[in-house]
Amino acid sequence: MSALDAGASSGPVSDAAHPRRAVDRLLAGNAWLVFAFLYAPILVLVVLSFNSNRIVGVWQEPTLRWYRDLLQDQAVLRSLKNSLIVAAVSTTVATVLGTAAALSLERFRYRGQRLFDGLLYLPVIIPDVTMAVMMLLFFVQAFDLILIATGTSPNLGLGTISLSHIAFNISFVAIVVRARLAGLDRSLEEAAADLYASSWQAFRRVTLPLIAPGVLGGALLALTLSLDDVVITSFVSGPGSTTLPVYVFGLVRRGVTPLINAVSVVMLVGSMLLVIASLIVQRQRND
Amino acid sequence: MSTLTTPPDAGPEPDSGLLAPETEGLEEKGERRRGRRGFLIGAPSLAYLVLFFAIPLGIVLVYSFATRSRTGLTILGDWNLDSYQRLADSLVLEIFWRSLWLAGLSTIICLLLGYPLAYYLATRPPRLRAVLLVLVMIPFWSNFLVRTYAWRVLLASDGPMSGVLGWIGLGDVRLLFTPFAITLGLVYGFLPFMILPLYASIERLDFSLVEAARDLYGSGWQAFRRVTWPLSRPGVIAGSILVFIPSFGAYVTPEILGGSRTTMIGSYVVRQFLSARDWPFGSALSFAILAVMLGAAVLYFRSGGKNL
Repeated sequence: MSALDAGASSGPVSDAAHPRRAVDRLLAGNAWLVFAFLYAPILVLVVLSFNSNRIVGVWQEPTLRWYRDLLQDQAVLRSLKNSLIVAAVSTTVATVLGTAAALSLERFRYRGQRLFDGLLYLPVIIPDVTMAVMMLLFFVQAFDLILIATGTSPNLGLGTISLSHIAFNISFVAIVVRARLAGLDRSLEEAAADLYASSWQAFRRVTLPLIAPGVLGGALLALTLSLDDVVITSFVSGPGSTTLPVYVFGLVRRGVTPLINAVSVVMLVGSMLLVIASLIVQRQRND
Repeated sequence: MSTLTTPPDAGPEPDSGLLAPETEGLEEKGERRRGRRGFLIGAPSLAYLVLFFAIPLGIVLVYSFATRSRTGLTILGDWNLDSYQRLADSLVLEIFWRSLWLAGLSTIICLLLGYPLAYYLATRPPRLRAVLLVLVMIPFWSNFLVRTYAWRVLLASDGPMSGVLGWIGLGDVRLLFTPFAITLGLVYGFLPFMILPLYASIERLDFSLVEAARDLYGSGWQAFRRVTWPLSRPGVIAGSILVFIPSFGAYVTPEILGGSRTTMIGSYVVRQFLSARDWPFGSALSFAILAVMLGAAVLYFRSGGKNL
């Protein structure tokens, strides 16, 4: 099918076939190289996390010791718990809001839609650092106002982290759900309406089941992003509300230790499982 | 892949001019009522984004015109352009150019590695293609911090890479905390951002055009230069922007792999907030990053790109 195969086998230009095969081989070589580049560092990290030597780079013998230490590390466990709370809350809210935004933009036409559309894409492309600064200044200002109005002020913590994560996750969920909606046959929804289904019934019985893979895929993506975020979280977290990536980032800056290797591998495997689940779910066709 | 392909553009507004005159009023009314319902469905999300995104953006803008007191507090009220003037300081400019340079270099390397890979992927049989694509996606969404940390382990002075270098006789080359390490980290972190849009545009390409070019005695290089490359340009531009923007504003990568003499603008912004306590200046810096980002985005839309 491909141009490369066609060129390599067609008769009249056979003298041109040799450079083509060479090109094809170069392409394959580059592919191997890139895949090795993408996966080798991860593999090395996984292997080294089982190294019993305290000097990470020098292999001694395999051990599970660092993983056992991890299970007893209170700071790690506490920040993991925080991460899970924030991820659960922000994913739930962002999935509902993101799906609603996707439906609204993809299925209806109204004035000001373009503006909404633009606003929805900004959180995806804005650099983390800028968004972190935005959220910090916003909460500081909002807390000042609350202090003036009520006499007491809330603190930075799990609440502000969750609110910030929702702000970027809405966009990611909306993009995934929109992609799904765009590929759907609209006539099914119209048929439901023709059969006197109320708009809620049509949504509940027809649209929602059809977009479910997109919604679930988006939710898993939101979960991953929430569990991964370092920069924004570190700006809007208060004392005692450190999440796992923020805690690990603090450790990493001080150097490489076997314990960080073990936490890293746990985080990596966790996020990979979520991604794979998300991809599988999104791939499902509606049969 | 679905996350990178924009849903098709909103399309033309319903053209009421085509309706028969007697039904126009009714149709329009129904259309408007439907539109209002659509707006109400989206309203909570819109309100959330306005409150927790648009307003914060406005606050940063306001702060960038404020003054820092000597104790590090921000004084709102004494508005001025001092923070923006400081953007022209030689230290700031140095950091700014370094960020541009490292981000640009990383983008070019990603393009050089990513284009042939995307082409390779797009010309594989469908089944293999799906598998390879998933292999690109997995690191794309895996924990970024950990993937960057892996290079810190690899490049450490007692780490595997130094061992390899020593073994081939290069001896004591310091790898960590150099611009090299940062570039490597950025390429590693953002390469999938380049591959996926490139793949999307090459896969859509009509290969019979390439064959036609060959039939007309174009060389392989000419066919690529005149047909494949121009047709895949939207992917090239989208991928370049998707790599360039996060590289330019990167914070985690230079913090973990860079040193004190390789500060990038993202780290410099964070320093203004977390240690120097100069919020107005930090806000102005954030807007400088935004300006670069918007410049890149405008460039993208000018060139007629659509599939971000």
